[in-house]
Amino acid sequence: MEKHLFLAGHTACYGCGEALGARLVVDAAGPNIITTDATGCLEVFSSRWPQSAWAVPFIHSLFENSAAVASGVEAALKAMGRQGEAKVIAQGGDGGTADIGLQCLSGMFERGHDILYVCYDNEAYMNTGVQRSGLTPYDSDTRTSPSGKVSWGNRYLKKDMPAIAAAHGVPYIATASVAYPKDVQSKVKKALSITGPKYVQVHVPCPLGWKSDPALTIKVAKLAVETGLYPIFEMENGVVTKVRKIPRPAKPVTEYLKLQGRFAHLFKKGGGEAEVKKIQQIADENIKKYGLLSEAAEKVAVEKE
Amino acid sequence: MARTFTEGSKAVAETVKLCRPNVIAAYPITPQTHISEELAQMVANGELKAEYVTVESEFAAASVVLGASATGARTYTATSSQGLLLMTEVLFNISGMRLPVVMTCANRAVSSPINIWNDQQDSISVRDAGWVQLYAEDIQEASDLHLQAFRIAEHPEVLLPVMVCMDGFILTHAYEPVDLIEQKEADAFLPPYQPQYYLTPKNPITFGAMMGPESYMEARCQLDRALWGSARIVEEVAKEFKKRFGRFQGALVDTYCIEGAEIVLVAMGSVISTIKEAIDLLRKEGVKVGLLKVRCFRPFPREAIKEALVGAREVLAIDRAFSPGSGGVLATEIRAALQDVKKAPEIKGHIVGLGGREISVETIINIVKDRKAVGREDRFVDLKEALLK
Repeated sequence: MEKHLFLAGHTACYGCGEALGARLVVDAAGPNIITTDATGCLEVFSSRWPQSAWAVPFIHSLFENSAAVASGVEAALKAMGRQGEAKVIAQGGDGGTADIGLQCLSGMFERGHDILYVCYDNEAYMNTGVQRSGLTPYDSDTRTSPSGKVSWGNRYLKKDMPAIAAAHGVPYIATASVAYPKDVQSKVKKALSITGPKYVQVHVPCPLGWKSDPALTIKVAKLAVETGLYPIFEMENGVVTKVRKIPRPAKPVTEYLKLQGRFAHLFKKGGGEAEVKKIQQIADENIKKYGLLSEAAEKVAVEKE
Repeated sequence: MARTFTEGSKAVAETVKLCRPNVIAAYPITPQTHISEELAQMVANGELKAEYVTVESEFAAASVVLGASATGARTYTATSSQGLLLMTEVLFNISGMRLPVVMTCANRAVSSPINIWNDQQDSISVRDAGWVQLYAEDIQEASDLHLQAFRIAEHPEVLLPVMVCMDGFILTHAYEPVDLIEQKEADAFLPPYQPQYYLTPKNPITFGAMMGPESYMEARCQLDRALWGSARIVEEVAKEFKKRFGRFQGALVDTYCIEGAEIVLVAMGSVISTIKEAIDLLRKEGVKVGLLKVRCFRPFPREAIKEALVGAREVLAIDRAFSPGSGGVLATEIRAALQDVKKAPEIKGHIVGLGGREISVETIINIVKDRKAVGREDRFVDLKEALLK
């Protein structure tokens, strides 16, 4: 059996994208790391005493301070001449990263700590029962952005975290998806080879919150990328240096949306077509902005996992 | 040992430097600023080899020292008032993880109304955070307490954060002659921190695990026991400090003129010096008055307080903070400590000097002389009736 550093036996839901994401990240990083984590699903399902899924040093403190705790870990290693001992990886969900933890993350970026920050983006507060976050997509139905007679769900666009990181001068920024495990791992390795703050945002489906089939986690994640809704790219020193091309023509967003109950209202209520059009427009803009379309369908390297 | 005439904040910073902290994180807030500025300058000058993390808030300051302490570093932070309240969530986390962080709280009033001047509402408001709380009477004690604080915090039987409370401005910005310890002596008193558990790939462990109803209560009970147990170490360290450096300003408590005193004032912090002066004057008039100084507020030294107060007829508690809707905090806790004492003294509470309102020797003398007029309710002293209309 393959040896993992994020162990089996944790209590994540079936098809949890975040559990998969965390395992990919720590396995890629290797044993010589110290990890921090924000309060959230990952911490809850991996570290309930007296068990722990972490075969690497791990500290969970609070919801909003993963980046600040990691800053302290890194400063301590430096102060005690132990930098060679471990790389520091801070982790958090989308809420802990883009909302309540944004200030601590900004401080970590600004001060240039040698830390890789990984945001597991499942696009809502799942641990508290599916409420919207700053990374919840447009029109998504959550408990605090419900669809209703006069509502189509979440009214706001996803906060552009990579751009926020870039504005801090973060030398390496990447987005990734658990649909492409090798890509996640090579980005983690690349990030850890760079000194300074790094930001990697991994798209991790949540079958419970997205109301999708747990067996289809990878398929759903892949469709988010193939429709252009979740652009996968690398940004080095403020410039996009690499994008994951998607087959031409891009898949229509409906293929992605229809697999998830959080968008079901768009297909039930009259007027939903106009909303779907808006979402298609978001995808089209991403495709244009990042140049996501491949030259020809056959040129796309298909990652077989 | 060298005697210098120096500012309270500078004396504290000099002592913190002697403690060789690895990581310092602080966010500026009046009246704590001079301490964190002094330390920043020491690091900039290369006199203090530490990582000085310039954080974006007090919340981050506390989080940074939490992470650093869990990694095995000796850590220090300082704050006041709103800053301490912003740290509150982290304070509970630091003690829960049993991390020996040392902090200076330059005591200041809490908003609203916003007020930068001294009282003790900030540290008193976080008394339940699971930290050892020590209150300094003067600059010398504030300075010495930091060396003691690290010893107490890092003691293997304690492993708890320690908050050294010193009255803002009155102690932080005042100048007094202070005896500063030599580095060699400090090193002998405070050896390097040797953590038993810390974050390292050599022994990967999990910090900050979740505990459910089946185990949470035991973890909290252990914290309580550790805090009670720290009382012995606070005493031990104060005694050893006295032996090495010849200075002793009390361990858990201290007393002044308490022999045969019928009336005993109880207080914490810089008001102690004012009370001593008032007692000298009152004693000359034949008033049998003494003082109990509470130096350690957490753990609350019930037994030492009982012992000191058992012969008194009246106890006058002097509070620099209160619990709205309840009363003076020191008064309340003393009442609780004495509730099983037969023929317990009558306890009267006095809330004084909020938001920097001056506490003069006369204020104290009047409290003693007017005591008969005070009822059961804790009294706000020196109120301006016109402003209350």
